Amino acid sequence: MIRSELIQKLADENPHLFQRDVERIVNTIFDEITETMARGDRVELRGFGAFSVKKRDSRIGRNPRTGASVSVAEKHVPFFKTGKLLRDRLNGR
Amino acid sequence: MVEKTLTRMDLSEAVFNAVGLSKNESADLVENVLKHMADALVDGEQVKISSFGTFSVRNKTERVGRNPKTGEEVTIEPRRVLTFRPSHLMKDRIETGNKR
Repeated sequence: MIRSELIQKLADENPHLFQRDVERIVNTIFDEITETMARGDRVELRGFGAFSVKKRDSRIGRNPRTGASVSVAEKHVPFFKTGKLLRDRLNGR
Repeated sequence: MVEKTLTRMDLSEAVFNAVGLSKNESADLVENVLKHMADALVDGEQVKISSFGTFSVRNKTERVGRNPKTGEEVTIEPRRVLTFRPSHLMKDRIETGNKR
């Protein structure tokens, strides 16, 4: 399923809404999640999962081709943990 | 910096502010977005949200694990797990947002 198919499903269920409003709603939800993580905060959607930001410390890495050491700066990466209900549903429970 | 966890309620509030819907209807839409995504994943489908990321279901085979507390061997049954791969756009946004 891709973004446009998700929008279509919601539009079909909500015939009283304009397609552009459904698009706006879906975009708002995903943008809000991203912006929350950009602030370093968590998003917790019970039953579905939680989005958070993990900090990776700076480290000395290596160029795998040349073997030369390079310093890798500290970074922040998005992380998703599946909620219990969804994890159970994936396994038919 | 004050830490705040965003919940369904905050997402409905954002939807409420973005489109002229009632609070109840905004909450239902948020719920249905999550429901459609979850249903597709349970069906084994991949959910690809452009500029956000991709959720995919992976099949794990049976393996022997250990209870870390007792050291006892246990068989971990085959199972399906969900993975999320963030888009480059999201990664960049998280990186610039958390840099100071």
